[in-house]
Amino acid sequence: MTALETLVSGLAGGSVRIIDLTHTLDPDFPVIVLPPEFNQCARFRMEEISAYDHRGPAWKWHNISMSEHTGTHFDAPSHWISGRDVPRGAVDEIPIEAFVGPVVVIDCSSGAAENEDFELTPDFIAGWEAEHGEIPEDAWVLMRTDWSKRSGADYLNMREDGPHSPGPTPDGIRFLIEERNIRGFGTETVGTDGGQGAHYTPPYPAHFYLHGAGKYGLQCLANLDQLPATGAVLIAAPLKIKNGTGSPLRVLAMVSE
Amino acid sequence: MTPPLRPPSKKDPQKRTKPPLRPPEARSRAALGLTAAAAEGRFALQVCEECATVQYPPRDACKACLSTDLVWRDQSSSGTLLAETTVRTSTKLYFRERMPWRMGSVRLDVGPVILCHLHGDCRRDDKVTILNRLDAAGQGVLLAVPAERTDNMDDDPQLRALSADPKHRRILITDLRNPNTPALAGALLDAGAATVFLGESESWRPHANRSTLAELENVEILPLDVTDTASVEKLAGEIGGKTDILINNARFMRPGGALDRGDTAFAREEMDVNYLGPMRLAQAFGPGMCSRTGDGVNSAAAWVNILSVHALSNAPEYGCFTASNAAAYSLSQSLRGEFRTSGLRVMNVFTGPTDDDWYQELPPPKVAPNALARAVVAGLKQGLEDVWCGDVANEIRERWRRDPKVLERELTQGVEGA
Amino acid sequence: MGKRLGYEGIAVTAPFSTPYQRYSIETAHWWIARALRGSLRAAGLKPADLDGLSVSSFTLFPDTAVGLTQHLGLVPRWLDHIPMGGASGVVALRRAARAVQAGDADFVACVAGDTNHIDSFRNMLSSFSRFAQDASYPYGYGGPNANFALMTDRYMQEFGATREDFGRICVAQRENALKNPNAVMKKQLTLEQYLSARPIADPIALFDCVMPCAGSECFLVMSVEEATRRNLPFATIGSTIERHNAHAEDPIQLRGGWTLDIDELYEMADCTPDDIDLLQTYDDYPVISMMQMEDLGFCDKGSGPEFVRTRNLTVTGDFPHNTSGGQLSAGQAGAAGGFIGLVEALRQVQGVAGGTQVKDASKALVSGFGMINYDRGVCTSAAILKSGVSA
Repeated sequence: MTALETLVSGLAGGSVRIIDLTHTLDPDFPVIVLPPEFNQCARFRMEEISAYDHRGPAWKWHNISMSEHTGTHFDAPSHWISGRDVPRGAVDEIPIEAFVGPVVVIDCSSGAAENEDFELTPDFIAGWEAEHGEIPEDAWVLMRTDWSKRSGADYLNMREDGPHSPGPTPDGIRFLIEERNIRGFGTETVGTDGGQGAHYTPPYPAHFYLHGAGKYGLQCLANLDQLPATGAVLIAAPLKIKNGTGSPLRVLAMVSE
Repeated sequence: MTPPLRPPSKKDPQKRTKPPLRPPEARSRAALGLTAAAAEGRFALQVCEECATVQYPPRDACKACLSTDLVWRDQSSSGTLLAETTVRTSTKLYFRERMPWRMGSVRLDVGPVILCHLHGDCRRDDKVTILNRLDAAGQGVLLAVPAERTDNMDDDPQLRALSADPKHRRILITDLRNPNTPALAGALLDAGAATVFLGESESWRPHANRSTLAELENVEILPLDVTDTASVEKLAGEIGGKTDILINNARFMRPGGALDRGDTAFAREEMDVNYLGPMRLAQAFGPGMCSRTGDGVNSAAAWVNILSVHALSNAPEYGCFTASNAAAYSLSQSLRGEFRTSGLRVMNVFTGPTDDDWYQELPPPKVAPNALARAVVAGLKQGLEDVWCGDVANEIRERWRRDPKVLERELTQGVEGA
Repeated sequence: MGKRLGYEGIAVTAPFSTPYQRYSIETAHWWIARALRGSLRAAGLKPADLDGLSVSSFTLFPDTAVGLTQHLGLVPRWLDHIPMGGASGVVALRRAARAVQAGDADFVACVAGDTNHIDSFRNMLSSFSRFAQDASYPYGYGGPNANFALMTDRYMQEFGATREDFGRICVAQRENALKNPNAVMKKQLTLEQYLSARPIADPIALFDCVMPCAGSECFLVMSVEEATRRNLPFATIGSTIERHNAHAEDPIQLRGGWTLDIDELYEMADCTPDDIDLLQTYDDYPVISMMQMEDLGFCDKGSGPEFVRTRNLTVTGDFPHNTSGGQLSAGQAGAAGGFIGLVEALRQVQGVAGGTQVKDASKALVSGFGMINYDRGVCTSAAILKSGVSA
């Protein structure tokens, strides 16, 4: 059997399962909130074009609008200033091979449950590797925090000093890039950086280092608790938007039972 | 003495809601001067520029000297009630449903004799004060009220018919987050509002107003985002049938004109909130409110927009925001036309700079939230169409009326270079 | 001011009243044609003989007198359209008389008529006048009821009139109407019924108000020679007056324009109020009839209430008033309401009034009042008619 025939029979037989890592696009789903003097990320909006009515008697359809970075979405290198000169750094230019590949999941959920500003550090990664083996090169690394189970105000967790949610430290993200040469980094929170990421040097280190190195980001992921630590395959193909810096997308994972 | 107005009893679900009816709307062009004054709560009459004769009814030439130079000027509203009657039969359905209806003949201190609506506490030969108010047809009409305040005076049915009094009414304020919302809600409750619904957008984004307002009695916080059609429609489905007054205070603003910004991102948000917001609200809430303008004590009564006075003439430091307000102002005029046959009135509250974050850089005077709230309540009680709130708004109005081009030139003064 | 020319040599003849109907499916044209034909037949004239036409109507729209000539196949060389409501009868008369005197026309028909559809009254109100539209109807839309209620209220206050006083006028007119087979009201009215009637616009109640109906009235004006040649009974014109927008400075109408012209009226007719055998006032509400009794010199201003208490206003009384029942009891047929008193007065002085005939009536005073343009009637008119003597 070819590899694909094996995959197809695995899918049919149930030995390969598809997990949906995507949140529903919904006007009420939070987006990142920046200080008000900055331009803001558009919320998801849907307007009826017609609904079997005088505007179109036999059909129903909607116009939708949103940002490239609304809902479960993909960050391309050109999203950040550090990645502005990265070759093929926009979503329409990224080699399509990058959209399907291996994924590992670092479970930080117990740490995040105790500390909403939980930091993913090199030490924590080392601890994970001690248990699951070294992170393979060119893999997606997803940071599981169970944050996707939060909703409403708890999701952004905004306070007067800004949002509070887990994320990597500058050293942590640099380790993954420089020592493990990962393909990309994904989180369950609204960004690849922690809520207080603006206070690191550099600010927003995950964005800064990932995109500067031509790596990709995924955020607002869900259902990471259904993935194994290693061995799954991630499918994350952004829309082909000319010069796009990111895209809402359907993120799927294939896991072996 | 006027008997106090009781809160309405629960509606009999088997009874048909009284349809919207209107008093006569037809007027000559000259007579619309009275309407224009009533829109702002002023009592004005035509005066001859040549011989100073005060005229009424409105006309096209002076009854004393045939001059055609007649201008509308504010007048003393004092007069004496010459005769009174209680009309008990009328061929006009609006009045038929409201019989008996008092009217009278008043000699004004300034000369002319007027026929007018008559407050229940006025008696023949009394000194009376004339109010010029908009009726359900949106036309200026005169009402004689006692010169001295009487008990429960505002509860008189004929006076109340010329107002959008918040008393016993249910009011939707669309944006919990606006800094003026606590003051608005408080003032409306003080004025006797039965319920204040507060629309809250993006409940996932915390806001200090929530904790302040959630505590208040007769306040309900409900999800509403005026930029989200589905959210507006959902709320209209829930409370559209009991929204008697809608106050749209949702506002998105950032400083800057087109060149300052260099893109249309904020402008889109401004148009989305400030212009398309009221349009979505009108499409969702308008039909229901329009069908309930005859619905008794808590009939649907008014639609309120809070606008920058620079909707009349752009202020380039806030050029794009102002443009969205000009669009909203224009839309409000369309809504007036569309609501007209129902009698639902559209009240625009024009403010100067408000005392909040986005006008930090401007010097005083600014409109404080409490002042705005007082203006809204007073405007509703008087049934106004145009409310000018604060010194800046009043000044801009005067300059705009005197010469819109001169005002435009002054507001678009260039900054002196080196 | 020079002395006005008299009306010597002018005959007024062929009075005709088309019996009124409460509601009619016919048009004003139909009603006017009926009355016109009635008068022409009475005078033995054919339509082609008519060379002058004067029309009063509220419901001809979109036609005017012009459209009516083509509609009715008339070829007048003198045409008039008089939009003065209750004052139009006398005004039509005096203009027609001058036309005949001057030779501009030989046979003038003065006709008034209106129809009354279910919705006519409401439609007429809504387009009555600009001042009423702008400054009267928005206030309760009571129409003339409200205007006359205010006048009555103030009149009662000023002069101590009571509802009984107005009731006396109405009750007497009803008694007269019972002798007029064409009157719309056919039941006796007692003062008690009057006082206990349904209020309409306080202090006005049901029997203070006229009943709008459909009907038409017509008479002819020609020379005394023509009338004599045709062997027609006729009346002559002692004098006439007309006035508009008088006493505009009065805050509320307690008198009419007659007061400006009353001396000339009697002087020209060479008589005094004592010589008048019967009075036909314009009576859409009793208060205005009472004012006419005062303003036409039958009693002093403010003594109208006392006057009606002491006089008998019926056909057989000492002061015969509105002998056919007037509008209050015979009905108000739109603009024909401005003719009803004049046409009845013509019958009276010609001695052909039938059941309502006042004995030995030879001088009648007819008064008109019209057009509540805003808060009061603007037009007033009056004429003294005398029994004609053949040339």
